[in-house]
Amino acid sequence: MAETVPNIVTLNGVEKSFGAVRALAGVDFVVGVGECVGLVGHNGAGKSTLMNILAGTLAADNGEIVIRGELQRNYSVLLAHRLGIRCVFQELSLCPNLTVAENARVLHKSIAGFGWRTRAGRLIRNQLDEIFPGHGISTDDVVGDLPLGKRQMIEVARAFTITDAPLRLVILDEPTSSLDTHRAGQLLSYVRRVIGNGASCILISHLLGEILEHSDRIVVMRDGKVVTADRAAAFTRDKLVAAMGSTAVAKARSAGARRGSTPVRVQARPRAQTDGLDLIAHEGEIVGLAGLAGHGQTELLLSIFRAATGSVFSRSRSLIRVTDPVALIAGDRQSDGVFPLWSIAENIGIRSIAALRKGVLVSPERESQFAQRWQQLIKIRTPDVHNNILSLSGGNQQKALFARALGSEAKILLMDDPMRGVDVGTKLEVYELIRSEATAGRTFLWYTTEMEELENCDQVYVFRNGRIVADLRRDDLSEERVIQSSFEEAPHP
Amino acid sequence: MTSTGGAGGIASPRSANPSTSINASRRFLRAILPGLSLALVLAGIAWMNPRAISYFGINLMLSLAIPVALATIAQMFVITVNDLDLSIGTFISFVACVGATWLHDNPVLGIVVLAAGVGVYALVGAVIYLRKVPSIVVTLGMLFVWQGLAILILPRPGGKAPAWLHDLMNLHPPYIPFPIVAAIIISAVVHVGVMHTSYGAILRGSGGNPIAIGRAGWSLLKTKVVMFTLAGVFGVFSGLALIGLTTSADANIGKGYTLLSVAGVILGGGEFVGGRVAPIGAVIGALTLTLAGTLLNFMRISPDWQVGAEGAILIVVLAARALINRTGK
Repeated sequence: MAETVPNIVTLNGVEKSFGAVRALAGVDFVVGVGECVGLVGHNGAGKSTLMNILAGTLAADNGEIVIRGELQRNYSVLLAHRLGIRCVFQELSLCPNLTVAENARVLHKSIAGFGWRTRAGRLIRNQLDEIFPGHGISTDDVVGDLPLGKRQMIEVARAFTITDAPLRLVILDEPTSSLDTHRAGQLLSYVRRVIGNGASCILISHLLGEILEHSDRIVVMRDGKVVTADRAAAFTRDKLVAAMGSTAVAKARSAGARRGSTPVRVQARPRAQTDGLDLIAHEGEIVGLAGLAGHGQTELLLSIFRAATGSVFSRSRSLIRVTDPVALIAGDRQSDGVFPLWSIAENIGIRSIAALRKGVLVSPERESQFAQRWQQLIKIRTPDVHNNILSLSGGNQQKALFARALGSEAKILLMDDPMRGVDVGTKLEVYELIRSEATAGRTFLWYTTEMEELENCDQVYVFRNGRIVADLRRDDLSEERVIQSSFEEAPHP
Repeated sequence: MTSTGGAGGIASPRSANPSTSINASRRFLRAILPGLSLALVLAGIAWMNPRAISYFGINLMLSLAIPVALATIAQMFVITVNDLDLSIGTFISFVACVGATWLHDNPVLGIVVLAAGVGVYALVGAVIYLRKVPSIVVTLGMLFVWQGLAILILPRPGGKAPAWLHDLMNLHPPYIPFPIVAAIIISAVVHVGVMHTSYGAILRGSGGNPIAIGRAGWSLLKTKVVMFTLAGVFGVFSGLALIGLTTSADANIGKGYTLLSVAGVILGGGEFVGGRVAPIGAVIGALTLTLAGTLLNFMRISPDWQVGAEGAILIVVLAARALINRTGK
């Protein structure tokens, strides 16, 4: 091999432990110049830990970090940045109280002095325009006011902005998990363009199609080790799943030809709906809410939730009828889902506190029995349910939120795109669980931006601008139909 | 505040998202809420006693608002980085006692002691960050330290404020009463420093998402120490302003300032966590709280009920804010 250009990154035997948990057990990892490396593996396989070490936010216990042929001794965030390594972390790292421009400044020390706000604003706006044309984000927007998808667009665009330090390697950890298909496509084609210009990229994603299509080489991790690494062309979806060690296999749901044969559980009309079309969900049905991100799906789920819980602030009671108790599984688990100071058991039990009582007090024994039963049922990977919820990896936290909802007495489950950032194996397990719960008579309302998840639904409603624009039976469902309905009448830029 | 964007005129938001304008109007409503409460209280005073709204009336009613405003700003710095300073009131007592004794008799010694006090604030910030102790615990301890020192320095009420302090606090600028000039200067300086400088963005960001600031390579120890140091500096200003008005000190003079300062920050639009603060609002909040006391006096509400009435004002304003936050969500 003619080694004219040294690899941008070479990791040799990197190890990292958190207490008794061995997150990385000697990882060798290489990224070449102008190469896009896809990194896949289960939740907890060590991908995020490895990327944190590469970004300088975690120090390795052992092993060598070589950047552009030079062994790094006192590796740090600042050094990584100076060497041109940027990272888009899975848990968004924007400051919600700052504006878009101010968040851009956080990454660039050189933007200071008079007129810094204008310069930072121009930098991030140009980058957003380049990656996501028609993004509709103002640089004066406060980040906390923006929906998750837009925040992720800002985070991604910020990683590609250049001031004094060069851009050589961008690590994208689940960059598309909160983006709809359209935005994800814009991002991935931009990544290919950047790579064409000689930069490198590490792409971590649980969407295997994305990895197969966009990376040059794929590295598979399992239990803190690299198990396989090869050219992308050498892999197929099944081969990847096998290498990751997933056992569950996707099964298409048998077409439910029984729509209408069971009682109606939810009937809801979005406030902007003028043509009288209602969303209808029967007992035992899985109903999908599709369309581009942020077109009224979450709002409808929330107003159904409010109507069902009899909130005095519900303004759409006339438009919504709900017959049974509901539970909501939030999409933004950091802000709306987990109680970060509580244990796993407390997080699972909170929705069912009435059933876990003994007298007027909550019984700790019942709570932990309840949590342990659900831990086994949906396989939450933890040695002890009394550990803090944040000791779990992202996907396992999401499982705990599912356990919270499924363990409750609710007959109707509202899911606000809850599977983002969850690995394939876990997803398949949860799909299976949802199907069996639906067969047992529960009703699911499932907002998702992923086509693959819609295939689990009996009925899909496509949303655009806060209205239902298409009502697709399972048999009529196809990606083209969904995309077509999402964009119809939309003025092309 | 909203004039910076669109300078280049690129990509005018033709397809502007409706949620953006709702966000903007919600932010606007929130921003004017502190001013609105101040205007309401002023209107109440004008209605009860029209003669109070004059140069001397306002001077009289608002002069004590200056130390409260300075204490509120000190508290705001600490709240910006998600901490709470329970010791600011007794620190102000300590500063007042030093000011009325050592600073008067031996200015060099006085300045050294006050600087040491600020140094202790910086140290408290460092300890809170490095040892990860809750700020409430540390500052609760410091509350008793400052109180004790104040009593040691000035066991009985007395002392004498330096003449220059007294002169400064009794300035009579033409047309606009001094407390209003002071409030404008304080809020303008702090607003520019915290909201408009590039490091101010980092300081607020370290309250909003410390992990993100750390990941971008900034020192969180430094942001914490900077904020606590500034709190100490403004605590010193507050104590000195207070004895400039009262001309003498007492070891309990700052009693009540801790809660007033917290209430002022919150009334002015700040939040306990998340780095969401508003310096101008905080100063307005301090003015509102001071004037509310006057208004209640005019209404002949006995002092026994005044604390409760002030609490009621806080609740009304916070409820209005919660309602604004709910719209459009």
